[in-house]
Amino acid sequence: MNFVTPEIAWAPLAPIIIVLGAASIGVLIEAFVRTPATRRSVQLVFGLVALVAALGTAIAQWVALDGGGTVVQQFMLTVDRQALAWQTLIVVFGILGLILFASRTRAGESAFTPLGSTAPGSIEETLARRRGFEVTEVFPLLLFAVGGMMLFTSVTDYIFLFVALEVFSLALYIMVALARRRRLMSQEAALKYFLLGAFSSALYLFGVALIYGATTQTSFAAVGRAIDVISGRDALLLAGVVLVLVGLLFKIGAVPFHSWTPDAYQGAPTPVTAFMGAATKAAATAALVRIVYTSLYPLEWEMSWLFWAVAIASMALGTVLALVQTNVKRMLAYSSVAHAGFILVAFAGFTEEAVAALPFYLLAYGLATIGAFAVVSQVRERSEDGAVGAEAVRLGQWAGLGKRSPLLAGAMALFLLSFAGIPLTAGFIGKFEVFSAAVAGGGWPLVLIGVIASAVAAFFYVRLVVLMFLTDIPEGAEDSIEVEDGPLAKLVIVVTAAAVLVLGILPAGLLDVYADAAQFLVLPNG
Amino acid sequence: MFPFLTILVALPAVGAAVLWALPASARGRAREIALGVTVIEIVLFAVMALQFDKADAGAFQFSETYAWIPQIGTSWALGVNGIGLLLIALSVILTPLAILAAWREDKDVKARRDYMALILLSLSFMVGIFAARDVFLFYVLFEAMLIPLYFMIGRFGGVQRRYAAVKFLLFSLAGGLIMLVAVVALYFAGPGGEQAFLTDQLAGALELTTAQERLMFLAFFLAFAIKAPMVPVHTWLPDVAETARPGTTALLVAVLDKIGTFGMISLCLVLFPEAAQWAAPGIIVFAVISVIYGALLAIGQRDMMRLVAFTSVSHFGVMILGIFAFQQTSVEGAALYMFNHGLSTGALFLLVGFLVARTGTADVDAYGGLQRVVPVFAGTFLIVGLSSLSLPGLSPFVSEIMVFVGAYPVAAVAVIISAVSVVLAALYILRTYQRVFTGPVREDGPQVRELSLRERLVAWPLIALMLLLGFAPGIAIDYLRDPSADVVAQVTIEEAGA
Repeated sequence: MNFVTPEIAWAPLAPIIIVLGAASIGVLIEAFVRTPATRRSVQLVFGLVALVAALGTAIAQWVALDGGGTVVQQFMLTVDRQALAWQTLIVVFGILGLILFASRTRAGESAFTPLGSTAPGSIEETLARRRGFEVTEVFPLLLFAVGGMMLFTSVTDYIFLFVALEVFSLALYIMVALARRRRLMSQEAALKYFLLGAFSSALYLFGVALIYGATTQTSFAAVGRAIDVISGRDALLLAGVVLVLVGLLFKIGAVPFHSWTPDAYQGAPTPVTAFMGAATKAAATAALVRIVYTSLYPLEWEMSWLFWAVAIASMALGTVLALVQTNVKRMLAYSSVAHAGFILVAFAGFTEEAVAALPFYLLAYGLATIGAFAVVSQVRERSEDGAVGAEAVRLGQWAGLGKRSPLLAGAMALFLLSFAGIPLTAGFIGKFEVFSAAVAGGGWPLVLIGVIASAVAAFFYVRLVVLMFLTDIPEGAEDSIEVEDGPLAKLVIVVTAAAVLVLGILPAGLLDVYADAAQFLVLPNG
Repeated sequence: MFPFLTILVALPAVGAAVLWALPASARGRAREIALGVTVIEIVLFAVMALQFDKADAGAFQFSETYAWIPQIGTSWALGVNGIGLLLIALSVILTPLAILAAWREDKDVKARRDYMALILLSLSFMVGIFAARDVFLFYVLFEAMLIPLYFMIGRFGGVQRRYAAVKFLLFSLAGGLIMLVAVVALYFAGPGGEQAFLTDQLAGALELTTAQERLMFLAFFLAFAIKAPMVPVHTWLPDVAETARPGTTALLVAVLDKIGTFGMISLCLVLFPEAAQWAAPGIIVFAVISVIYGALLAIGQRDMMRLVAFTSVSHFGVMILGIFAFQQTSVEGAALYMFNHGLSTGALFLLVGFLVARTGTADVDAYGGLQRVVPVFAGTFLIVGLSSLSLPGLSPFVSEIMVFVGAYPVAAVAVIISAVSVVLAALYILRTYQRVFTGPVREDGPQVRELSLRERLVAWPLIALMLLLGFAPGIAIDYLRDPSADVVAQVTIEEAGA
């Protein structure tokens, strides 16, 4: 048996290599820089430099690519404009997430536990806190997650996709477990996320095996070509396809594969929730788009019922369950489930418009998500002796936030309005794009349900706005809430709020960019 | 060409931004700045209106078109015909008066600054909506306007304000989102391209089956009926009127609700003439129900703000009747009524507001014999009240007659039933006047001061305008004749063709 060395075009991989390389060096920094405080600054600056460099190279490649793209390794990895559009998106989320990771309270607390390996409440934990330990591993972990997600958007092979999936998922599982406060809940969330994630990975892998069994192929394009010609192995193929899609829908957080979202969103350290909520959804959507449009396209008719059912279920259940939440993070988690439904609405009819619409939708959604969780991370409980504690996540605690901090509450209101799809916010343009893509594909009923879901969803978004602006601070609770004004978190909030507004008013330039991105290099019939 | 409309839209928004950016030391001047901005707005508007070509009032003038989001076919396209011009006039006239009316409402300078900024912001959206020539732009402004309004209702007003604000928002949002579906569908039914949403492009160029056209018409109509407000989707209005600040309610009912009827004329009829024909009988039935039901409920109210709100439901019924009768005179009358109703109801809300500001209650039974204590107040109230019951000589009379006369040939029964409302109007207005102002002076009643100079400055210009248009309605009708004729022609040609 001959082993042929694969030919790899390295240059187009530069953004991914930079990020993953930086992540590896970040691990070394952990080992060699001893003082926690210095380590944190070094990691932050180093990570930012790496991500900005990755963003720069990705944009440079975008400019250099004229129409086509590069098949990096035959059948395995393709860097086309579609991939670059998603990669830049994820890097931007990474940059915002990284800044948020480094944010600290006035008392100098980060969002992460001082030492992940200590048992919650143990003497070791107290010691670690006193010694000023800090898990700065989260910075390289974030870089690994970003790198894995970037890979995830560019892979064109089912097996390789699995590798990318695990690269970013493992990093996320760990980060979810590292909350500083409410550690048991954080660890429970991580365990649930991990177990369900492992389960869905297994389903995905099983699906790939079945597809391989039916088509004897693992690359997207080859499977696509094979689907057209094979006969007699439909059951095997369809079962495989459904399992693969389930794996991806799990990452998107669509009903009925959503059960991890509320727990993981609630338990994870809020900066992690922010990054995870924005970036995971984007990466998974990117992969779903690529698979559907370049590989499973011939099965359009067979797949559509799955997309319709999951979209409807996600919108309905996400909205209804978000209505009854009393915890801000859980409410946003269920709203993310509803948004997963809106994302899937775009797939109705599998139109080309959807490919152009989705990056914008995810960008709008991601910016608002990061911004909203950044706000959540700033609203803290204060005990009677004046010590600032955990985040105030009960809805009631947000009453009168507009009086405590108009800027913070105003930004939060903007993010919520964007989630609700009110005009002049990015969320509206995103929703409009997605709905028109669906209408173009004949997805009328889906759009109608989407609109109804939006109307219901508006209720709970608005309820929070009411709480913040129109409700007075409860008697006797004046001192129970502390609004942190961390400069890094504030930076993230201001940037995301400005972006949500600007993209809502002047989206034309970016829409052009994403229209350009709506092309795939490797198509099954190409 | 000088971009009048863009400036008219942008100026108040900039003013609002300035107010919010004011340093703490200058916040006390917020109301003066806001008033200044609206005065500049009036002057600008007057300069524009003088250049408006009356002979061509049916066409969009001062048109501006810039690409906004060409990918989805929407442009920043403004322009006014006679109807739009008149409604913008109403907006720019009433806003400074609402600011004056709220002059002393807030003790807290920060709250006052916020309120003034919100009023300016909503003026920006109102002008934009009445000038929008692009359906998408119209929709965006239509929805965005909810934001300042929501805060105006929810932050400033009575105890039930939060409930009222949420009710208002949910009603409007529900209507708006249903309209959004139709807006998206318009893109696909129309000619497409980078200016796909221009109304001129869409009118008559839609490729729709009958069923589709009817559904889309209903989607638009529902959103406008909620705004207008029409029975049975009017229930948010009385709650808002009762609890919101009088200035807010005046702006809301006098100007913003006109967006509903304006939308019916300039979008529903223009874009979906066939469906409008099909739906007209049903809509007229609901309009008549609104007319009578609104008047009856008005009679039953003790709270004067609610009372005026219900009279508006009744008056809006008359306008909608006029619009969907598709007669030149009735549409003209409806359009004129939109303007006159703004003057008359705006004034009525503000006057009741002045009374409430003095005593803290809008309950009719709390008062009595006020005309001996405050004769000027009583006289002003009486004139404004009489305008609301369509007394000849005051402008609402002209418009109401035009609607009834115009609609009679095609909807005689509806007109006859609706005309009963004139009697009912006499009942609710005069009975209120009688209970509040006539009779013996109540010893136990609240102390009431006479109208101050500021308050006279609010009420009297409106009365002057009503008198002017009551005796010389031709001034306004000249602006409405051509646009109404165009609309009627559009609908009836379709009928002849079908």
